[in-house]
Amino acid sequence: MRKVRAGQKTAKADPAPSRWAYRFERLMLTPVFRKVLRVGLPFVATLLLGLAFFSDEQRRDAVVLGLADLRAEFEQRPEFMVKLMAIDGAGGEVAEDVREIVPLDFPLSSFDLDLERIRADVTGLEAVKAASVQVHSGGILQIDIVERQPVAVWRHYEGVELVDGEGVAFKALESRKARPDLPLLAGEGATDALPEALSLIGAAQPVAARLRGLARIGERRWDVVLTRGQKIMLPEERPVQALERVLALDAARDLLARDVAVVDMRLAGRPTLRISEEAVKQRRKARAIEVGTEQE
Amino acid sequence: MIEVYETQRAMRSMRRAAMQRGVVAILDVGSSKIACLVLRFDGSDVLGDGTAAMAGQAGFRVIGAATTRSRGVRFGEVETMAETERAIRTAVQAAQKMAGIRVDHVIACFSGGDPRSYGLVGEVDVAGSVVSEDDVSRVLSACDVPEIGQGRDVLHAQPVNFALDHRSGLSDPRGQMGSKLATDMHMLTADSACVQNLVHCVRRCDLELAGICSSAYASGHAALVEDEQELGAACIDMGGGATGVSIFIKKHMIYADSVRLGGDHVTGDISMGLQVPMSTAERIKTFYGGVVATGMDDREMIDIGGDTGDWEHDRRAVSRTELIGIMRPRVEEILEEVRVKLDAAGFEHLPSQQIVLTGGASQIPGLDGLASRILGQQVRLGRPMRVQGLPQAATGPGFASAVGLSLFAAHPQDEWWDFELPVDRYPARSLKRVVKWFKDNW
Repeated sequence: MRKVRAGQKTAKADPAPSRWAYRFERLMLTPVFRKVLRVGLPFVATLLLGLAFFSDEQRRDAVVLGLADLRAEFEQRPEFMVKLMAIDGAGGEVAEDVREIVPLDFPLSSFDLDLERIRADVTGLEAVKAASVQVHSGGILQIDIVERQPVAVWRHYEGVELVDGEGVAFKALESRKARPDLPLLAGEGATDALPEALSLIGAAQPVAARLRGLARIGERRWDVVLTRGQKIMLPEERPVQALERVLALDAARDLLARDVAVVDMRLAGRPTLRISEEAVKQRRKARAIEVGTEQE
Repeated sequence: MIEVYETQRAMRSMRRAAMQRGVVAILDVGSSKIACLVLRFDGSDVLGDGTAAMAGQAGFRVIGAATTRSRGVRFGEVETMAETERAIRTAVQAAQKMAGIRVDHVIACFSGGDPRSYGLVGEVDVAGSVVSEDDVSRVLSACDVPEIGQGRDVLHAQPVNFALDHRSGLSDPRGQMGSKLATDMHMLTADSACVQNLVHCVRRCDLELAGICSSAYASGHAALVEDEQELGAACIDMGGGATGVSIFIKKHMIYADSVRLGGDHVTGDISMGLQVPMSTAERIKTFYGGVVATGMDDREMIDIGGDTGDWEHDRRAVSRTELIGIMRPRVEEILEEVRVKLDAAGFEHLPSQQIVLTGGASQIPGLDGLASRILGQQVRLGRPMRVQGLPQAATGPGFASAVGLSLFAAHPQDEWWDFELPVDRYPARSLKRVVKWFKDNW
């Protein structure tokens, strides 16, 4: 009964959306309008707010400054600080040079380090063959250096220098006597044919005690210079074999012990000896004596 | 007739635009409720599981549905514009909200306006030896239009049949040899004021009308199955304020009419007979109504109540037999009227005389038994076809015209205005005429 009574109240009009509510809902159901509302409006609003905020010079500067501060603060955190530099694999002199060439004021943020550039600088030193630069944990800038190892002393008209296995002259010496343990090379272009020179020195082992050094002649061939001004002139082609021939002759006939000034091996088919002037005189004298006794 | 042609063509192009946008609303403006369906056309005529187009049900989907009580409509005609507009707004807004999309195009149907059917006959000589599209247009234009009276509009004008020389029953005569082409056209007119009122209501809701339709025709589409439409059947759409009658044969509607009586009159009788308000009467009708009384019904007492405060008045009760005694004469009267309309249409001459009852008022229990006594033996209760996405609440017979209208929207039948107007009917100095002349001569 209650229900029926409730249903009887029909005088009130049925609910219906008003014209404007209807229109508004239709507008809200329009896909383009909805997209504009959802994407376009926030975008434009944010843009306008941003532009309004940044139109003031002072606020712009403040924001830029704040960002820079934030960045600096982050970079200056203790985890990123480098406190010291460790150089491994370099002798005192080279290490000194490296410290000179990498002038850093520690402590320093690792963001400020340009490791690649430091490496390039260090490798640019002539005494350094290779280098690796790392920032280790604990704030250590680790520079590992492979030094050049000298294999010979090179004398040219500007002075005396050490040469490593690759033919790079890397360190000037006061005099040749500073490194008497190394063989001496001389002449322009001597370092370009370094492997050949080293094999020649190896082949000249039997006369090592008398070996003064090798001289590059005309940037194309070698002379082996011995004590007493003796010289073995070697050809361009196959110089080691030519030297071995001379040494074999020396072993058999004691050639180099005699008063020979030059052994000329430049023409393989015609080895030539030049004897010293004193020897020539002696020989003439000896011959004259021989001739005189025969005449008498 | 040219104005009709132009306005209908404008609506057709609107419908095409709506189909292209993919969303169209269906509006059934009835006397007891206004139903709105929102359809989405996905363009596929095939259902997901590979089933081909099923009698036009595929190709669209109902994405929004809403109904509201109709307030300003009586006998299927707009009576109070503002109330009708509000009701349409309510229904459209709710359906839009459910669909989540805005609709701009509406296809509407209504049952009032005193629809009248006319059979038109036209005959022309075929221009060439083969029937061309132009010949079809000419024969449609050659139909002699009867006097439809002042203030009436053409709702439908469908070519039902074509005859070429002595051969009749052609559905598409194009390309056939012959010398004399004749056509039968079915024209349905309605009161122009009713149509204009409805158009105005729809316009005031910011909607574009993409088609207007008779609800008798629409419910015939939905409630008749394919072979019934083919063999001949009548669809009786028993609405609240008006009962529509439409006769179909060969898949074409050949007759439509309406009786200005419906379920609301039954409710009114109950209200008067039992001295209760309309809402109580409606409730009693839907809960306990019927048309065939049995001995059991004498003992079933119904409290009819009231809230006057008078105990005797508020504790009244009637037996169900009494209720049936009130309802039955009115239902009989409606069916008698329908019978008169069917007789006037010559329904008894049809090869098959299937009668399908649909509409909200056809849900009265026992109606099919009563109808078969009055209308003929082959009576069944029809529900609208199932279409994709239709909510369960909108599958009852009361939604036959809404569902039929959506089928109509998806697959409209050819009407006269779907054919090009023949050249000599164009207004003079028309640009189309020039184009046509160029086309024909080059």
